[in-house]
Amino acid sequence: MALPATKDTGKGAGLDARLQALDVPDAGGWLGQARREALARLQATGLPMKRDEYWRYTDPASLNAPVAAVAAVFNPGDEAPTFDAVDRLKIVFVDGVFDPAASDDLAMAGIEIERLASAAGSDIHWAQGVFGVLEARAQSPVPRPFAALNTACATDGILIRATGRAARPVALVYVHASESSDATLHHCIKLEAGAELTILESGPAAARFTKVMEVEVGDGARFHHIRVQGRDHERRAVTHLFARLGAGSLVKSFTLTTNGRLTRNEAVLELAGPDARAHIAGAAVGDGDFHHDDTVFVTHAAERCESRQVFKKVLKNGATGVFQGKILVKSGAQKTDGYQISQALLLDDDSQFLAKPELEIYADDVKCSHGSTSGAIDETALFYLQSRGVPRASAQALMVLAFLAEAIDEVEDEAIADDIRGRLEGWLARHAAKGGK
Amino acid sequence: MNAMLDAAAADATLDVREGVDRETIETVQAMSGAYKHGWETDIETEYAPKGLSEDIVRLISAKNDEPEWMLDWRLTAYRRWLKLSEPRWALLTYPEIDYQDQFYYAQPKSMATKPKSLDDVDPKLLATYAKLGIPLKEQMLLAGVEGGVEGDAEPRRVAVDAVFDSVSVGTTFKAELAKAGVIFCSMSEAVREHPDLVKQYLGSVVPQSDNFFATLNSAVFSDGSFVYIPKGVRCPMELSTYFRINAENTGQFERTLIIADEGSYVSYLEGCTAPKRDTNQLHAAVVELVILRDAEVKYSAVQNWYPGDENGKGGIYNFVTKRADCRGDRAKVMWTQVETGSAITWKYPSCILRGDDSQGEFYSIAIANNAQQADTGTKMIHLGKRTKSRIVSKGISAGRAQNTYRGLVSMHPKAKDSRNYTQCDSLLIGDKCGAHTVPYIEVRNNSSRVEHEATTSKVDDDQLFYCRSRGMDEEEAVALVVNGFCKEVLQALPMEFAMEAQSLVAISLEGSVG
Repeated sequence: MALPATKDTGKGAGLDARLQALDVPDAGGWLGQARREALARLQATGLPMKRDEYWRYTDPASLNAPVAAVAAVFNPGDEAPTFDAVDRLKIVFVDGVFDPAASDDLAMAGIEIERLASAAGSDIHWAQGVFGVLEARAQSPVPRPFAALNTACATDGILIRATGRAARPVALVYVHASESSDATLHHCIKLEAGAELTILESGPAAARFTKVMEVEVGDGARFHHIRVQGRDHERRAVTHLFARLGAGSLVKSFTLTTNGRLTRNEAVLELAGPDARAHIAGAAVGDGDFHHDDTVFVTHAAERCESRQVFKKVLKNGATGVFQGKILVKSGAQKTDGYQISQALLLDDDSQFLAKPELEIYADDVKCSHGSTSGAIDETALFYLQSRGVPRASAQALMVLAFLAEAIDEVEDEAIADDIRGRLEGWLARHAAKGGK
Repeated sequence: MNAMLDAAAADATLDVREGVDRETIETVQAMSGAYKHGWETDIETEYAPKGLSEDIVRLISAKNDEPEWMLDWRLTAYRRWLKLSEPRWALLTYPEIDYQDQFYYAQPKSMATKPKSLDDVDPKLLATYAKLGIPLKEQMLLAGVEGGVEGDAEPRRVAVDAVFDSVSVGTTFKAELAKAGVIFCSMSEAVREHPDLVKQYLGSVVPQSDNFFATLNSAVFSDGSFVYIPKGVRCPMELSTYFRINAENTGQFERTLIIADEGSYVSYLEGCTAPKRDTNQLHAAVVELVILRDAEVKYSAVQNWYPGDENGKGGIYNFVTKRADCRGDRAKVMWTQVETGSAITWKYPSCILRGDDSQGEFYSIAIANNAQQADTGTKMIHLGKRTKSRIVSKGISAGRAQNTYRGLVSMHPKAKDSRNYTQCDSLLIGDKCGAHTVPYIEVRNNSSRVEHEATTSKVDDDQLFYCRSRGMDEEEAVALVVNGFCKEVLQALPMEFAMEAQSLVAISLEGSVG
C-alpha cells in the first residue's frame, strides 16, 4: 500500500521511517478502508515520545525504531510447553506468520474461525464492525499510537465469531524463530449474546511483537483470556486488549509475564451494558534488564457494573515495574463497583516500581477504591518460616507465591492456575541467586 | 437584605423546634448567608497602569523601595516568564486568562506613605479586618478564640500580618516577637531590613524558573510575610497572615518566606477572603519554607476566596506554589489546608525531605460546590534516609463541581528505610459532580514502604436518615456527616482554625442538597 507522507509535526520523520520499514499489506474493500482510517489516526497523533504523559515511565524508543533490535531466540530447556495439558484448538504463528502445518483444523462447534488474511477478500464480513472499531474508540482521551499502527499494518490475525459455547479453548501459540523478527498481528473476536469462549495465548512471538486483540462481548456472553508471555529475555512487546462488554456479560483476563526486555500490555475495557463484569489481572516477575508496564483503562458507562484490576509484580536485580491504571466512571453509571490494586515486591534495592493508579468519577452512587503498595519481603515472616525449618530460599519462594496469589485467583480453570503456579515456582528456583537468569 | 430575611426565617423556626439548644440554632444561623466575606471596603485605591511589562515590574520594585539586586531578580523572572506557557495538565477548564487585562499593583491611597505604627493605619482598613474577625489591635484576641479557651490561665495570642491587595497593612506583636529574636514582618520590609536573609533564602525552595505561575509571582510579587525563627527558639505565639483582595480587576501576588533555623518551632496560619464580583480575579502566590536541622514548621491555611456564584460567574483563580524544604536532619513540616473557596484551585503544597529522618505531613480538605473546580494535592520527595511522610486528603464534591487529588510520592534510591502512607478519600454529593484521584508513586529502593489507598463514595443514606430522625434538616445532616468525614484533617488544625473550618465546611456545601 502506498503511504502518504505524514504531516511534519516533529514526530513525522520517525513515523514515516517506521511505516516504510513495515511490509504493509495491500487490501481493498472494508479492510483497506479500515486500514486507511487507522493510518490517518496514527498520522494525527504520531508515535509516542518519552515526554508524553502516557509514556512517562516507559521509553518507547525501541518500539518506535524502524527495525526491531535483535533478540536471541530463547531455549526454554526442559520446561513443558505452556497449556500443553489443556485440550485445545491450536493456532500457531511463527514470527507472526501463520503455520498451517503446526495448527489444528480451524473448525469447531459453536465458533467460526478465519484468518484476517483470507477475510480481506470478502465484501461483507462480520469483523467489519469490530476491526479497528474498538481500537478507534479507545484513542480518546489518550492516544494509543501502536494500536493504530497495528490496525493499519497488521499482516495477519485471527477472526473468531462465537455463537454458542465453544467446545474447547482456542490457543494462539506464538513461536519466536528468527532473532530479528518484527511481528504485527491483529485479532478480532465477537461473542454473540450468551456465547462462551476461552482464548489462551502463549509464547514470545518475535523479537518485537505488536499485537491488538479486539473483543466485542455480547449481552450475557462470557469471555476468558489467559496469556503467558514467553520467557525470552531480550524480546520486546507492545500489546493491546480492547473489549466492549454488553449487558450482563463477563470478561476475565489474566496475564503472566516472565522476563522480557520490554513489555507494555495495554488493556482498554468498556463496560457498555448494565450488570457487566470485567476482571483483569496480571502477575509479572522480572530479573535484571526487565521492564514491564501494565497500562489499564476501565470505563464504566452503564449502571451496576463491576470491575477489578489486580496487578502484582516481583522485581529484582534492577528490574522495573510500571502500572498505570484508571477507572473512569461516567455520569449515570450509578451503583458502580470498581476495585483496583497494584503491588510490587522489590527483592533487592536496585529495582523500582512506578505507579499511577487513577480514579475519575462522575457519578455519586458508586463504590470505588484503589490501593497501591511497594516494599520488600517481610523479614519477620521470613524469619518465622526459617525458624520452622523452611530453608530461606523456599521461604522466600513461598512468600512470593502468596503475594502473587490474588492475581492468579482470577484464573478460574484450576488446572491452568496450577500450571501457572508451577511456572512461577520454576522461575523462582532459577532466579533464586542474584543475577541468575 | 437577603441575609436579614434568612435570619428572620431562622428565627421563625426557632419556636417550632423545641429542645434544640440555643447554641445549635446560633451556629446554624451563623452558617447561613452563604459566602459571608463578599462585601467590599469603599476605600480610595491607587493602581499601577493595567497590564504587565518590564516597566510595571520596575514600578512595583520602586514602590517597595527595593535595592537593585531585588529588581534584577524580578526582571530575570519576568524575562523567563515571557518564554513560558501556562500549564494545562490539571483537570480544570477555564477560559484563557488575559494577563494584560489586569492590575498588578493596587494599594489603598492612605498607605502611600507607610504608617509608622498600627495607630497610624487608616481606620477604614482596621475596620475591614475587624469585620473579618481579624483584630489588628494587640490587646484584642482573634475572634472565635473566646469560649474555646475557658479555663486557660492565659489566652492564646496570635500575631497577624495583614495584607490588603498589594500591600501589608501592618503586623502585630512585632516588639514582643523581637524579644524572642523572631523576625515577623512584611516581605517588602524584610527586603529592606534583612537583605542578607532574603538574599540567601528567597527562591531557594521555589526557584524563579519553577513553573509558570511561580515565575510570574517572582516578577510581580508585591508583598507577603517574612518569618525568621532563630536557633532553638520556640516561637512564643502563633503567627498568621490574612490576605484580603479588595480592588477590582487586580491580581494578588504575595510571597511568603519562612525560615526555621536549627531546633526552632513555629506554627503559622494563613487566611484569605475577597469580595463578590462578577469577574474572575487572579491570585498567584508562592510560599517557601526552609526548615533546618531539628526544626519544625506547622503551616495551616484556610482558603476561602470568593468561589463565584452558583452559576460559576466570578470567583478567584487561585494558582499557588507552596513548598517546604526540610534541609536538615530530623526537620519536620506539616501542611494543613482547608480549601473551600476559589473558582479554580491549582495548589500542591510539597515537601522535599532532604535531611535524614525528616518528616512531612499533608492534611487537606478540599470542598468544591456549584461550579467550583479544584485540582490539588501534594508532592512528597524522599531524598534522605529514614524519612517519613503521611498524606491524608479528603475531597468533597457537590453541585456541578470537579475535585481532583493529584499527588506524587517519590522514594529516591538513597532514601533507604523511608515510609509513606497516603489516604485519599472522596465524597460525592449529587450526581452532577466529579471526584478524581491522580496519584503518582515512584519507588526506587526496596527498603522503603509505600502505601496508597483511595476510596470514593457518597454520603451514606443510613447516616443521613439517622440524623434526620433526630430532628436535623437535610443540610445540617449533610454538614454533620461531612464534618465527620473530614475529622482527621480538622483535628490537625490549630484550634481557632478548626472551628472556622468546621463551619466553613457547612457553608460551602449550602444549597448542595435537594
